[in-house]
Amino acid sequence: MKKILCIIASVLVCAYSVLPAFAVDKPKDYSHLKGTEINVYNWGEYISDGAEGSMDVNEEFYKETGIRVNYTTFDSNENMYNKLKGGGANYDIVIPSDYMIARLIEEGLVQKIDFSNIPNYSNIMDQYKNLYFDPTNEYSVPYNVGLVGIIYNTKVVEGEPDSIDLLWDERYAGKILNFNNPRDAFALAQWKAGIDLNTTDPDEWNTAFELLKQQKPLVQSYVMDEVFNKMESEEAAIAPYYAGDFLIMNENNENLAFFYPKEGTNIFVDSICIPSSSQNKEAAELYINFLIRGDVALQNAEYICYATPNKAVLESEDYSLKDEEILYPENMDELVTEYFHNLDPQTQLVMTTLWDSLKIDGNENASIYIGLISFVAIVFIVVIVVAVRKKRRASYYD
Amino acid sequence: MNKNSSLRMKLYASPHIVWSAIFIVVPLIMVAYYSFTNADGAFSLENIYRLSDYTTTFLRSLWYGIIATIICFILAYPIAYIISQSKLRIQTTMIMLAMIPMWMNFLIRTYAWMNILEDSGVINKILTTIGLEPVHMINTPGAVILGMVYNFLPYMILPIYSVMTKLDKNLVEAAQDLGAGKVSVFAKVVFPMSVPGIVSGITMVFVPSVSTFYISQKLGGGTFALIGDVIEMQFQISNNFHFGAALSLVLMILILICMAFMNRFSSNEDVGGGMVI
Amino acid sequence: MKKTHPLGKIYAFLIMAFMYIPILIIAVYSFNSSNSTGILTGFSLKWYGELFKDKATLEACYNTIVLAITSAVTATVVGTVAALGIDKMKKSWRRSLLMTITDIPMMNPEIVTGVSMMLLFVFIGTFLKINGILGFWTLFIAHVTFSLPYVILNILPKLSQTNPNLAEAAMDLGCTPGKAVRKVILPAIRPGIVSGFIMAFTLSLDDFIISYFVSGPKFQTLPIRIYSMTKKRVTPDMYALSTIIFVIILIMLIIINMRGLKGNSKAKGRAKA
Repeated sequence: MKKILCIIASVLVCAYSVLPAFAVDKPKDYSHLKGTEINVYNWGEYISDGAEGSMDVNEEFYKETGIRVNYTTFDSNENMYNKLKGGGANYDIVIPSDYMIARLIEEGLVQKIDFSNIPNYSNIMDQYKNLYFDPTNEYSVPYNVGLVGIIYNTKVVEGEPDSIDLLWDERYAGKILNFNNPRDAFALAQWKAGIDLNTTDPDEWNTAFELLKQQKPLVQSYVMDEVFNKMESEEAAIAPYYAGDFLIMNENNENLAFFYPKEGTNIFVDSICIPSSSQNKEAAELYINFLIRGDVALQNAEYICYATPNKAVLESEDYSLKDEEILYPENMDELVTEYFHNLDPQTQLVMTTLWDSLKIDGNENASIYIGLISFVAIVFIVVIVVAVRKKRRASYYD
Repeated sequence: MNKNSSLRMKLYASPHIVWSAIFIVVPLIMVAYYSFTNADGAFSLENIYRLSDYTTTFLRSLWYGIIATIICFILAYPIAYIISQSKLRIQTTMIMLAMIPMWMNFLIRTYAWMNILEDSGVINKILTTIGLEPVHMINTPGAVILGMVYNFLPYMILPIYSVMTKLDKNLVEAAQDLGAGKVSVFAKVVFPMSVPGIVSGITMVFVPSVSTFYISQKLGGGTFALIGDVIEMQFQISNNFHFGAALSLVLMILILICMAFMNRFSSNEDVGGGMVI
Repeated sequence: MKKTHPLGKIYAFLIMAFMYIPILIIAVYSFNSSNSTGILTGFSLKWYGELFKDKATLEACYNTIVLAITSAVTATVVGTVAALGIDKMKKSWRRSLLMTITDIPMMNPEIVTGVSMMLLFVFIGTFLKINGILGFWTLFIAHVTFSLPYVILNILPKLSQTNPNLAEAAMDLGCTPGKAVRKVILPAIRPGIVSGFIMAFTLSLDDFIISYFVSGPKFQTLPIRIYSMTKKRVTPDMYALSTIIFVIILIMLIIINMRGLKGNSKAKGRAKA
């Protein structure tokens, strides 16, 4: 299915170049950027990479502009933030989510984009402009939007669940996965407890933490993109994850189903930004413009399977996911959704400390102490025995 | 040799001294510096205070490291002995076989173990096909220890083997001539002579086992953390370099204490000697 | 030499089976026709095809080899020269201090070495305002640093076995000290240098933990690439890659081994003659 689509899509890519609606007018000359490099830092599985006949976006960009793309991936916003903040590595493009962008702007880690280099910005739908994290539209260009939902295996889960309680259901102990990043994992507990996702009250964070702790014995593992393999191979049966990724999993395993929990769910926008440390800003802008160009965005939308903020894609005849209920739910207004906002440093510290203690907690603590103590005792006895024997032997020779 | 040229020869060590000072000593000072400062760069003991919350994690890492080391030793000693006793041609082949896995990327091999141990993995598939109950293995401490044993077993085999090949056959014969039985030859001659190899084997298994982070993530599912995981988390997710440095500092001190104890115990000066393959 | 007891043979076989089961699994699944590393569906070579299309992985292979060669050569040169110097130092606190410091990267947990070097590099980066300091050079420095003790420890024993009078005799016969080193000492310690180089090379090829902390976006080595691959959706192309690596290593070792055997028998023949 995907392959055929890709072939059609690639045929149409050629067609696009003739269609005036998508024709890219190049008012500026970028030939001086030829031979330069940009470092792109993106989520894993978040770009069409040429697998199974799709377009290799980075390669295509190189062919068109002569700019080489050093492409690396991260698996959570926090992971990305660390690399950017650490200062050891410099990037020209990063694609974080909303709340992280707010934080990056606040800390001056990203810089203003020159939109005159991004004529394709007109492709972005108005509803995704001027969002709370970048109210004046100066720092970010939306790449994908999405919701968090719950994926489950119909062979294992009985009935049609609609509540987040499924993740705490003891019947499925050992078959449940959870996010391996604090923000997403805490959000699930917060929905369950009816707490605001962006609360600054440490007690409320503690309540959520208690819920996660309670869930931990049921959790098989904390994962990010490992979720694909685990759900497809039916190693696990229940996992919260980003809606678009479910479509890919479903393609490989028909037993999987998906729902948005009635308690509510997190809505996110992943946008493209240019870090302040960028050393090739103009090329980065060229890359952004390339990513949101109709044909490229279409390829990405088909490959990544996330909902797109790109008009050109939605209006395209060849966009196969246009009527996909999961990406573009009809009852969007009925869904309870909330954005993550940037937390103040104090709350962040509360969250990461709680997350650390969730992760380090084990259930075999007592056996460790007993084991270690007996080991030390044995070693001690052996040392003494050896020493005594040595002494005795020494006195024997005397 | 005249004094002058001897002095000149000593100067040959200077590039290495400079290199070591900049890239070994200074980084360790940096670790200590970060441990005792906070994000604003001011002196602070908060990282040190916070360490006490992680006592269990430290102990868990030590405990798993000890178990993995003991299992490695039990598995490796007989095989090293068997190899050292076989014909030369078989010896080289066997040692080659023991070394090849070391050359393959340990990440992929660990990942392969995940495929083997999973509930829907190779072992459980075989078990269900022959009509047995599936066994839950992945995401348990046992799986993590298995991963450590698997990955570091060659590091135990090779040093013990290399000591055993150097063992003087005449000593064994002399002991036999003096009426020692098989057991006492082993206990009084072979085993004591192989202690240097054992010591370096234990070092080479224990240190990476205690500080690993990939194995516990893949085979433990991230449901319990080892100290390596926590350190990695500080640098990759929590963005707390200072606390990560404090954890590293303590880990390093712990390991050094263990090493010092080992060296004392074995009263062997040159631990690294057996490492040379 | 006596024959191995049958029980011993069985034991040896079991241990080898334990070591090779994962590798066998890797090889089998690399020929899987579906994109799963869990379910076998049929035989295909497509993942090998995918692998050779994956430019980033191929580049990572190239980077790894470049890094391993440059760092191993540097470590061998610096280490050999250092060993010559250390050998001349008298047994004193200075010598033992130097030896202790040299051993640190070998004794220290790799994660601590990685973290400490990263802190240093990041500090230098912010101090000198170098943007994106992590890259080839930081990896290079780290790899040389953790290879050095292995090189030195391979050479020092060989040096202490060499007769110091030889170099003196050479100088008495009119050699300059430098020439004495080149003509007399170096040939005597060559086996140590070679094995030190080989160890430095393989350590560098295989290192993940230290590289993980000191690498940047521009220069990815194979282990780091593999790590980021296992963080994503894993497809069998990674298995195809390790199968190829396995075959290459196997062939290399067989060739070395056969040569070694030939060399041995030649040497024996000569000894007899």
